[in-house]
Amino acid sequence: MLTQEKLVPELLADKKTITGSEALIISLLNEGVDTIFGYPGGAIMPVYDALYDYMDRFNHVLVRHEQGGIHAGQGYARASGKVGVVFATSGPGATNLITGLADAQIDSTPLVCITGQVYAQLLGTDAFQEADVVSISAPVTKWNYQITDACEIPGVLAKAFYLAKSGRPGPVLIDITKNAQLQPFDCVAYKPCSHVRSYRPKPIIRKEYVAQAAELINQAKKPFVLWGQGVILGSAEQEFKAFIEKSGIPAAWTILGAGAIPSDHPQNVGMLGMHGNYGPNVLTNECDVLIAIGMRFDDRVTGRLDKYAKQAKVIHLDIDPSEIDKNVKTTVPVWGDCKETLPLLTALVEEKSHTEWLQKFNTYHQKEVEEVMQDELHPTSGEITMGEVMQQLNELTNGDAIIVSDVGQNQMVACRYAKLNHTRSNITSGGLGTMGFALPAAIGAKLGAPDRTVIAFAGDGGIQMTIQELGTIMQSDIDVKIVIVNNQFLGMVRQWQQLFHEKRYSFVDITSPDYVKVADGYGIPGKKVSERENLRNSLQEMLQHKGAYLLEVMVTKENNVFPMVPQGCSVSEIRLK
Amino acid sequence: MSNQDHMEKQEFNFTVYTENHVGLLNRIATIFSRRKMNVESLNTSPSEIEGIHRFNIVIIETEEVVHKLAKQIEKQVEVLKVYYHTNKDVIWQEMALYKVPTDIIAEKALVERLLRENGARAVVIRKDYTVFETTGHREETDNLLKVLQSFELIEFVRSARIAIIKDSEGFNRKLREFEKAEPGNETIESRDLNTRNNVFSM
Ligand SMILES: Cc1ncc(C[n+]2csc(CCOP(=O)(O)OP(=O)(O)O)c2C)c(N)n1
Repeated sequence: MLTQEKLVPELLADKKTITGSEALIISLLNEGVDTIFGYPGGAIMPVYDALYDYMDRFNHVLVRHEQGGIHAGQGYARASGKVGVVFATSGPGATNLITGLADAQIDSTPLVCITGQVYAQLLGTDAFQEADVVSISAPVTKWNYQITDACEIPGVLAKAFYLAKSGRPGPVLIDITKNAQLQPFDCVAYKPCSHVRSYRPKPIIRKEYVAQAAELINQAKKPFVLWGQGVILGSAEQEFKAFIEKSGIPAAWTILGAGAIPSDHPQNVGMLGMHGNYGPNVLTNECDVLIAIGMRFDDRVTGRLDKYAKQAKVIHLDIDPSEIDKNVKTTVPVWGDCKETLPLLTALVEEKSHTEWLQKFNTYHQKEVEEVMQDELHPTSGEITMGEVMQQLNELTNGDAIIVSDVGQNQMVACRYAKLNHTRSNITSGGLGTMGFALPAAIGAKLGAPDRTVIAFAGDGGIQMTIQELGTIMQSDIDVKIVIVNNQFLGMVRQWQQLFHEKRYSFVDITSPDYVKVADGYGIPGKKVSERENLRNSLQEMLQHKGAYLLEVMVTKENNVFPMVPQGCSVSEIRLK
Repeated sequence: MSNQDHMEKQEFNFTVYTENHVGLLNRIATIFSRRKMNVESLNTSPSEIEGIHRFNIVIIETEEVVHKLAKQIEKQVEVLKVYYHTNKDVIWQEMALYKVPTDIIAEKALVERLLRENGARAVVIRKDYTVFETTGHREETDNLLKVLQSFELIEFVRSARIAIIKDSEGFNRKLREFEKAEPGNETIESRDLNTRNNVFSM
């Protein structure tokens, strides 16, 4: 890392008259930003003009749509742990960010989005490309602010980065009017922000609750850990591993928590929720102490709430006090950053192994292997399945790749079956379920983790929602592997129509372009595979290719993802078929 | 608070201490509107501390829901602290203004008595109309409204509720504590610690 002094001598010198736009760029440099996803336009032109002088300092990725830009920012943040930075112009540029903001808000992804805005004196006049983005984005941002005076820029930017990454992270949007971007002012040295009067990023840790939690755990016969993305966001993977290894407790994950410990860790018993694993769902209603760590009991995880873990005492570790008791009542709340609370808890819990209890999970797992996984992962006849594609990828990458899945059946298959050896390797739109997420997020993930293999895994529906980002891949030469699992349906919706709407398939068959030709049009090599005997070689070829590659895999049209906890049912009513 | 209070819908008074920030009103309003909840009354004013704003918000809900709403409001960056109370734990007032035709009210009513009975006063008396004012609880302002309806009431308006917390020492000390403890040592009590053995949920 360059030191601050080397980075920005401009601001460390005494006062200097600069424009708001230049102050913005310098603020970004001070925050250590080197990657920006953006798209220019009228109201943000002064910023792009200032950027022109700093081209060598940033990798600015010109996306093809602002939604692609913000998803790329999300992928970047999720893969790297850094704040994703996105530029967009006013009006349509800014409104195109909204889906990504909502996605980042619900999945706690740190972003700073800069939008241009019309001149301050035009605000409220329905000026050209004026949209009230501060109001529009308020419910989907952790914080937002409109700057109309250049003097505010360094201070507000510092606050934006601090708020985006501290406490429970989230997206921040800063809207800057064009006059403020152009305005010259005397800029003094950049001061990073570490305190906001009304904001407390972390609640105080109450040691007595940690002690009570430990006592419950030590008395438990059948304790069960559920972990979520909080472990990853808090960089608490080691602390988490130490806790479960000492306590010997079986642990299951939400899809955003996947990968915090390796898939093959003996105490990793699998995925929770609607399409999660059999044992973790059923045994949620059998455990005696449920320990939730950095997860928020989403309805896709809990199923029917009044039949969820009623027998258990609940310990909930979370950094966000509003999550405690929100969906599931806790017996003992452990407020705080789990990076700090887990070691306290680990110190107090007894060393145990819970072998018999763990064995129960294994028994359920065996049943799931026989009734679901065998056919899904190792079919010997019929068309290719999505699971088998993932399985082959696991073998070829040895679980070292970053898997960026889209939404639908492909996502559930990817999350269920991807072998993950490393943290920050499962990137998907969890809370919002945004189709079209995978391709742009994979672009960001690759830039956030350039040394890793990044695979976008998408359905034929989702890929078509943001397929324009192939242009970004072409222009910026980004090495992402794109796997389209094509079932010629909006598969997940079709599955629900089959299971719950008497197979009345209403607008779920979807046609596709010739993806290989489309990729070719963008100068990206590609291939289509429909035969099992060609699958592995094709995947191999894709992985070995230097640079982006698109592989379309034709898969069974009407396969369903199982197990499944039907909506409105209890987790113990999980169906294997 | 008794268990029954906990489960029943009733009026709750939120007292919210905030920074004065453009857009915060919108953020707080959407916490209610996204849950399709009606805000009965909303007042913003300065507080006893310079630069700190105070919202009074009234909604009709169960304590369980109110507790969650309070945490969601407190989560907003510019919000320092949220309290909520039932009506019996606050001293509250609403003000109302009534415009009536002067000739009719003078001719048909015993104005003196009417004002006395309703704790009201005349703030403006003109040839064409008279404006009365009264301050009190909802029933009191409603009462006068009912009476004046029969005197060709022209206009009526009632203010948002303002409420003072009975057993509060003000926010000064709390704020000093809040700012002293760094980083962020807000004590959060679990209301139900040790009282709940089983998981239960809405
Ligand atoms: C933007 C958006 N629109 C609609 C949906 C609803 N939806 C969820 S899954 C799904 C089908 C996805 O189909 P496809 O991308 O082909 O993936 P598959 O389920 O077949 O793997 C749809 C339409 C959504 N999640 N996101």
